[in-house]
Amino acid sequence: MKDTSNINPLENEAIYIMREVAAQFEKPVLLFSGGKDSITLVRLAQKAFYPAKIPFPLMHIDTGHNFPETIEFRDRLVKELGLELIVRNVQDSIDDGKVKEESGRYASRNQLQTTTLLDAIEEFKFDACIGGARRDEEKARAKERIFSVRDDFGQWDERNQRPELFDMLNGNIELGQNVRVFPISNWTELDVWSYIQKEEIEIPSIYFAHTRATFLRDGLIWSADDAVVYRDEEEEVVERIVRFRTVGDMSCTAAVLSEASDIVSVVQEIRDSSISERGARIDDKRSEAAMEKRKQQGYF
Amino acid sequence: MEVLKIATAGSVDDGKSTLIGRLLYDTKSLTSDKLEAIENKSKQLGYDYLDFSLATDGLVAEREQGITIDVAHIYFSTANKSYIIADTPGHVEYTRNMVTGASTSQVAIVLIDARKGVIEQTNRHFFINNLLRIKTVIVAINKMDLVDFSEERYNEIKADFEALMSKRDYQDQKITFIPVSALKGDNVVNKSEKTPWYNGETLLENLEGLDNQDIFNAGTPRFPVQYVIRPKTDEFHDFRGYAGKVYGGELSVGDDVVILPSQTKSKIKEIHFYDKKVQTASRRSSVLITLEDDVNISRGDMIVRANDLPTMDKQFTATISWMDSQNLKAGNKYVVQHGVNKVMAKVERIHHKINPDYSGVDDTVETLAINDIATVSFKLNKPIFYDAFKAHRTNGSFIIIDSKSNNTVGAGFIQ
Ligand SMILES: Nc1nc2c(ncn2[C@@H]2O[C@H](COP(=O)(O)OP(=O)(O)OP(=O)(O)O)[C@@H](O)[C@H]2O)c(=O)[nH]1
Ligand SMILES: [Mg+2]
Repeated sequence: MKDTSNINPLENEAIYIMREVAAQFEKPVLLFSGGKDSITLVRLAQKAFYPAKIPFPLMHIDTGHNFPETIEFRDRLVKELGLELIVRNVQDSIDDGKVKEESGRYASRNQLQTTTLLDAIEEFKFDACIGGARRDEEKARAKERIFSVRDDFGQWDERNQRPELFDMLNGNIELGQNVRVFPISNWTELDVWSYIQKEEIEIPSIYFAHTRATFLRDGLIWSADDAVVYRDEEEEVVERIVRFRTVGDMSCTAAVLSEASDIVSVVQEIRDSSISERGARIDDKRSEAAMEKRKQQGYF
Repeated sequence: MEVLKIATAGSVDDGKSTLIGRLLYDTKSLTSDKLEAIENKSKQLGYDYLDFSLATDGLVAEREQGITIDVAHIYFSTANKSYIIADTPGHVEYTRNMVTGASTSQVAIVLIDARKGVIEQTNRHFFINNLLRIKTVIVAINKMDLVDFSEERYNEIKADFEALMSKRDYQDQKITFIPVSALKGDNVVNKSEKTPWYNGETLLENLEGLDNQDIFNAGTPRFPVQYVIRPKTDEFHDFRGYAGKVYGGELSVGDDVVILPSQTKSKIKEIHFYDKKVQTASRRSSVLITLEDDVNISRGDMIVRANDLPTMDKQFTATISWMDSQNLKAGNKYVVQHGVNKVMAKVERIHHKINPDYSGVDDTVETLAINDIATVSFKLNKPIFYDAFKAHRTNGSFIIIDSKSNNTVGAGFIQ
């Protein structure tokens, strides 16, 4: 490589943002879910600080309902890169009586994560939390700034966001506030997948086609392998060849029928597909304003 | 692939969000679930057409009031280009969000409601786009369906707009007019049969045809140091690199450089991008630079070519766009953030307020209220290294931060 003119502008922007976080905040943390977006963030952070190590820890808010492949992957990545990993468990918040487990057909721990996250932010006094949210995911996210200020209660004041001009990022905050930082704001799902391909980034196996015991509900395919997703008896279990497009809490992440077993065919599939990624997430279908409401409460 | 950033502009209800929704729909960029959501909501609201503004108005309050409050960033791509569109609010109360969207864009689409023609808010937004020196502006004369696709009406509005254009400061801005109906889709992606008198391109054709010259302003290289990297590992024991983004031009290994503010001279030894070494850092790339000499450098310092120095000064005069409900007065103190550098600043003097309808200036004002645009002088507690905004878009701009609320309360363009 002779010069840097062919470097992806989105990658340059993300590296710039990572460096601003390290420079402007005292205790940043990278929120790591084990999904492809947060794995991409880790690579971008590596690039931003190389040959030094990433100057902040990763934190995983574990719902206890993760795909086992994700957890294995997480632990291996952290070890290989010599990173610090903090894990906080939603189960502990439930045991402490801070949140109440949902019940019924659509029970999910996805919403409960918020309490665990806010408690962890307070425990470690994190002032900046880097996340992998993208503006193309959902219409309320399309409104998000790159540095998004949250008040003491972790809340997003969506009607009163700071202007964000040129690429100048204002990280000034009061004690108790924190900033959510989204370095890949301007990436689309296809941008992320293409980057994973180009960079040869390893991702958990559930992103690729595999055979899985599943059942159908509301036109979506759910994993029947584990006791996490509630299933009525009449909902028939069938083995299907599927993969996951997004890896959230098992109880709200549906699979898609797919034969795409390697990165090349996944990228091709995304290119051709006409359903957006969040179409496979039941938590957004609950209501039209679901995401905005969760964000106001401090959800990522 | 090329990424083109576009911002919309124009008054409330001129059809900005609808136009973006239409652009997505006609380029088949709306996924089936998003389209379904728009269809359902349109039905629920009792419309007999699809309300495409629902594709971008993502907040509950926006959908309830039928207006855009904050910028939405929308993505789509063609075989040629990736587009990022900032759909900005038209309401005067949310001008700060319009400036936010426009500041990162290379192209602006100014919408005009064909029934109303050029109105105050059209002036203001055009003024801001010109102030920001956005190279290419497309004037979309919208709602042509409501004026019977009248050529006469189109020409009338065009003439009014051209009168504005003649007064603009930045004359090199390239301007194109297109008659459209965002709601019905005329001349957005597909050529309209109802405007046989119009021989120009559709909106998408025009965007597809823009090249780099229509988009970027060239300048001289500026390298503000964002972060100093010292690995302190065995392998990189004495390594000391300067991380940052190159603005305006390119820097190469062997270049003679000066470090500001110390004015120390050195030479670029190596340029790293992650684990690769490169000969040249192109503009807008985030790299790591090492120098031949052991120089004491920290965040906020700037590396520049020895024969191309910026101005280094503790005062400057700038055009500012004020964005806070608390007024700005002479004597007030703020934090000025210039790139990655933050300094304390005092407002020396408000020279005059600029009327964004091009009717001149008002030099009697003592305070600036929200949405005012004015020429103001600042005094700083430390020197910064700047260029005039005219010569360098990044190194000539800054933001103003209120040190009590920590809010970004203004944006400025150095003269
Ligand atoms: N007849 C007709 N109506 C249109 C057209 N474009 C937009 N509209 C209507 O005008 C109204 C306002 O459209 P929006 O797209 O929300 O306007 P906007 O410019 O985004 O408004 P703000 O974001 O609040 O500044 C809606 O009712 C649209 O359906 C058009 O070309 N023809
Ligand atoms: Mg709008």
